[in-house]
Amino acid sequence: MDRAAIIGIGMTKIEARKVDMTFADMAFEAVRGALADAGMSIDDIDNVITTSNDFWDGRTISCMAVGDASGASDKNVSCVEGDGTFGAFYGLARTLSGSYGTTLVTGHSKGSQSVSSLITNAAFDPIYNRTLGADMITACALQANAYMARTGATAEQLARVSVKNHGNALLNPNAHLGMKLTVKDVLDSEMISDPLHRLDCSPVSDGCCAIIIADEKRAKKAKKQPVWIKGVGMCADAYFLGDRDLSRSESLVKAAKSAYAMAGISSPEKTIDIAEVYDAFSYQELMWLEGLGLCADGEAGAKLEKGEFDIAGSLPVNPSGGLLGGHAVIAAGLYRIAEVVRQVRGEAGKYQAKKADTGLAHGVNGLAGQSHCVWILGKDR
Amino acid sequence: MAKRVAIVGTGQTFHKSHRPDVNGQELINEAVVAALADAGLKMKDIDAVIIGNMDHFEGINYVDCWSVDGSGALMKPIIKITTGGTTGCTIAIGGYHMVASGAFDKVLVIGWEKNSESDTSGAITTAFDPVWDRLVFAGAISGLAAEAQAYMARYGATDRDGARVSVRDRKHALNNPHAQLRKEVALEEVLASPMLADPIHLLDVCPRTDGACAVIMASEDSAEKICKTPDWIWGTGNRHSYAYLGDADYGRLTSMKRTASEIFKKAGIKEPRKQINVIELYQPYSFAGIIWIEDMGIVEPGKGAEFIWSGATDMGGELPVNPSGGVISCNPIGATGLIRCAEAAMQVMGRAEGRQVPDVNFAVSTGFGGCWWTDMILHGKKKPN
Repeated sequence: MDRAAIIGIGMTKIEARKVDMTFADMAFEAVRGALADAGMSIDDIDNVITTSNDFWDGRTISCMAVGDASGASDKNVSCVEGDGTFGAFYGLARTLSGSYGTTLVTGHSKGSQSVSSLITNAAFDPIYNRTLGADMITACALQANAYMARTGATAEQLARVSVKNHGNALLNPNAHLGMKLTVKDVLDSEMISDPLHRLDCSPVSDGCCAIIIADEKRAKKAKKQPVWIKGVGMCADAYFLGDRDLSRSESLVKAAKSAYAMAGISSPEKTIDIAEVYDAFSYQELMWLEGLGLCADGEAGAKLEKGEFDIAGSLPVNPSGGLLGGHAVIAAGLYRIAEVVRQVRGEAGKYQAKKADTGLAHGVNGLAGQSHCVWILGKDR
Repeated sequence: MAKRVAIVGTGQTFHKSHRPDVNGQELINEAVVAALADAGLKMKDIDAVIIGNMDHFEGINYVDCWSVDGSGALMKPIIKITTGGTTGCTIAIGGYHMVASGAFDKVLVIGWEKNSESDTSGAITTAFDPVWDRLVFAGAISGLAAEAQAYMARYGATDRDGARVSVRDRKHALNNPHAQLRKEVALEEVLASPMLADPIHLLDVCPRTDGACAVIMASEDSAEKICKTPDWIWGTGNRHSYAYLGDADYGRLTSMKRTASEIFKKAGIKEPRKQINVIELYQPYSFAGIIWIEDMGIVEPGKGAEFIWSGATDMGGELPVNPSGGVISCNPIGATGLIRCAEAAMQVMGRAEGRQVPDVNFAVSTGFGGCWWTDMILHGKKKPN
């Protein structure tokens, strides 16, 4: 495959309720931000990928709501339904196919206009599982229990993830939910679905993120130093929760392996400087770090307690505050990519990691991490 | 370097208005198994899967994840692409880019819909802006009727012209064992069928169907090893420029015009009427068969009806359109555009059996949907330069 880079990023502030903005308003703000960041006008964009979900938007053909605001009028355009990392994957493919020199990718969600439990309940099989009333939180609670039982991860360790990421979010002006918390605060918060307390769960937020991907030729003309796409990988596990070992993430292991192989990375724990992972629930940060091979199986909790995943630690994880700090559902993974770009450029301000030459961004589709997409981004071509 | 891409296998279900014998995953699997058999491949040979449908027809969220038992994507990359009616063509374009990029050598593309489980008009109505358009939008047929009326007013076409297109496609469907509606109709029968939205009669429009289609694409590294005469993809493109009903130029399909001229220019097609040998047009109602071939550049604006009446687009004519019977004969929405792609590929590969057009060097397949949107693919027998 040829090389490509990210040359522009734009993010709206992630908020609980953007009452003054439609989907299109949010997309317009993020796209204008990305174009300004890249020093480009919409005429420099060869094609557009939007990322949205008809259930979350309450609108069939949900891409129709943001196409014009994303500058797609009279351009080639498509829409991925799923996490923004998957939309960006398709945007990368369209850039490398030789058809388009630049691809604008957007992802948006307005959690404030959605009923999360009903929407995620609709992801369950309509015949066997849906009538049980399960939703994303209860599915993930099953997974958290399975993970804790197998690895010995503790409720305190889960709470520590929440303390760290909500604390990091205080440093990020775009974050929705920055909070100074203690482990006790998390453990004392309302039990939503055992073992997940309210503060173990990410909020459901409003926001839109946009990135611009360019081929090598166009990347070299970019205003800022391009952030190179070194490796990508995706993989889906079995659908029915009962068909999977919920305590492990085989599909993440495989997605990460293909991303590392493409990037020529043999020991990720040494090469990756920072990671932005999909922490929709506190336990997920630990579980995904193990699946990504960034620490040994079952050891993420102990490393977290030593402070290794703090901004000043050996592997800063979710320095932006992650999803716990703000979760604009479909855009969540795209925000992870944009935040890694910030880190690699050294533009992350108060949450900048000391060393961020190579970063990892991660997104998830489906229930309890069924399908994963992994991105390796770096300073060096 | 970008790779050239070809279609090396296609598969379709037997389409019916209601398939209570299968659930969604089983329906998908039927098409996937057929496509793998057609290509002589096994699921282990497939590097990635692309799937598409419209969520609100079946009410299943995260279809990419839900479908893995039927699609075969277990422990493989799978991605969902969806753009409304254009979805089937959009996912084929997705497959093209995934392979052309070098990311995957062989990609399985799946479009499906179980419309029997849906309230089709109810779901489509929610596509439009909840404040400005939704309250006045009365489903797909009313919008199409507005287009037909505008065209008739501008060019003097009549409802007999539309009916002639319907007669053609319904006759062609007799040759296609996969078509849902296989019954020849006379012109007078079309005109005597119930009026749905003036000038559209019942026999002028598509049905809604349960069905799935799968297409396998491979890079130039393996395409000719899998298939003696692969269907090479010469160009892909689309325009989804409008979001509001009032944006469109009713009576003309601007998106088709912009897309076709871009693709033909890139491919060096100067005289599409002479150089294209067969078209599988996403034509949800009869009048589109007149209007949209004008926008594609096959004939001058206003000359579509005359071209149709001459028999040029019938089987055996100068440029057969919809040898499969088209969308009027079969419409599993998320699959419909991909069926056009598969049928065009079968024509190029020489696998179209009773509906084969002789000597196909170039074929065109299209998708239509959204707010007057067009997707399009140019297929060819020769490997592109």
